[in-house]
Amino acid sequence: MSSMPTPDSTAAATPPDDEAMMQISLKVNGREITCRVAERKHLADFLRQDLQLTGTHLGCEHGVCGACTIWVDGVTARSCLMLAVQADGCELRTVESLATEGPDGHGLSPLQQAFWDRHGLQCGYCTPGILMSLTELLRDDPAPTEEAVRITLSGHLCRCTGYQNIVAAALDAAARIRSAV
Amino acid sequence: MKPPAFRYHAPRTLEEAVRLANELPNPRLLAGGQSLLPMLNFRLLAPDHVIDLNRVAGLAGIQETATGIVFGAMTRQRDIEFSPIVKRRLPLLSEAIQWVGHRQTRNRGTIGGSLCHLDPSAEQPTVAIAMDATVSIAGPGATRELPMREFALDLMTSALADGEILASVRIAPWANSHGWAFLEFARRHGDYAIVSVAVLLELDGEQRASRVSITLGGVASTPVRVPQAEAVLLGSRIEAGDIEAAAACCAAVEALGDPQVPAWYRQRLARTLTARALPIALARARGDKQ
Repeated sequence: MSSMPTPDSTAAATPPDDEAMMQISLKVNGREITCRVAERKHLADFLRQDLQLTGTHLGCEHGVCGACTIWVDGVTARSCLMLAVQADGCELRTVESLATEGPDGHGLSPLQQAFWDRHGLQCGYCTPGILMSLTELLRDDPAPTEEAVRITLSGHLCRCTGYQNIVAAALDAAARIRSAV
Repeated sequence: MKPPAFRYHAPRTLEEAVRLANELPNPRLLAGGQSLLPMLNFRLLAPDHVIDLNRVAGLAGIQETATGIVFGAMTRQRDIEFSPIVKRRLPLLSEAIQWVGHRQTRNRGTIGGSLCHLDPSAEQPTVAIAMDATVSIAGPGATRELPMREFALDLMTSALADGEILASVRIAPWANSHGWAFLEFARRHGDYAIVSVAVLLELDGEQRASRVSITLGGVASTPVRVPQAEAVLLGSRIEAGDIEAAAACCAAVEALGDPQVPAWYRQRLARTLTARALPIALARARGDKQ
């Protein structure tokens, strides 16, 4: 990992000498990764600091705000509530993977495009986690009710939008995905 | 990096996990992590060793046995939520599990973790108390069983001794015709309940209540059965007055208070939720008989 650029490298790069480390191998957004990580480091810090995948945001670091939500082995999880060492052997998916779902293999996913069109974000801090949760919802339920969308969003705090536009974007994305199939 | 320094262990068998829990100084068991990780991130806990149970073989799964439905301690809440066995045989648990956290936390959280953490507002201990569940505990050399009511000692305090690990929990289903209801009040769906109520009812051929369980979560230091309320209903045909009287018993349970939620507020909620839950359970018990 040392060959990668380190945009916010200070915390990650040099753990103290007596820091307990463990080697882990995992797949992140389709890429195989093997590296050493501090045993006590939570998964969100690992993604952001060690892998420079800073799309995953950290709000509360105790499982309430939902900003750090990613996929672990195909389902959503709070990455602040897992240790990085627990992800050994797992397949992770972060928000950075979504933009490969656009029509020609890059560009915004239908859900991201709907967020853009419907003004589903303002400051954007909560958005990565919300996108991962709604992507799971739309995978499991292609025609969710507004209530199902709101229940999914209950695991996320957004202080800008009042949620109305996020709900509208999710329902719009579901319709777009259905009509594209 | 928020958690304090500790050494991490990921045993593959229950025997190895028990051995580590006995040999290592100041250990902490890690199940789904949805409560432990926040406590570590806040540094409310400073274990020297974390023993991760997620890779222990055979500690997860739902089995239908002659004496009840057996849940491995590491069975995830998601798997309970989508289990056809639970939906059919333990509808109270099926209903309650929808209130546990959010999809994103149920994907990781486990029934065993919740039973050991014993937050007084948590849904799974409330159901386990309501249904007289039996827990199975692995220790060095032996396994022992305890009724849930003896396992839930006090506020966030289980009867697990140092070096013991919760292996499974067994819940005996009620008669197929029973009625049930689980209701709770929280400020946001998925937050810990301020108060929850679990109700189970069986009716005899004359529509009289032959078996009743009423349990409050979030009121006292552990979930509590309310035998006075149950006694009001037992043997009766359950009219509106009986429901009011049972709800009044629930309002009389000694309640915890804090600056945000005073005791009297919890007691009022206990009354209101019980008065709402009983008709639901009653309709289900009657409906199944028709």
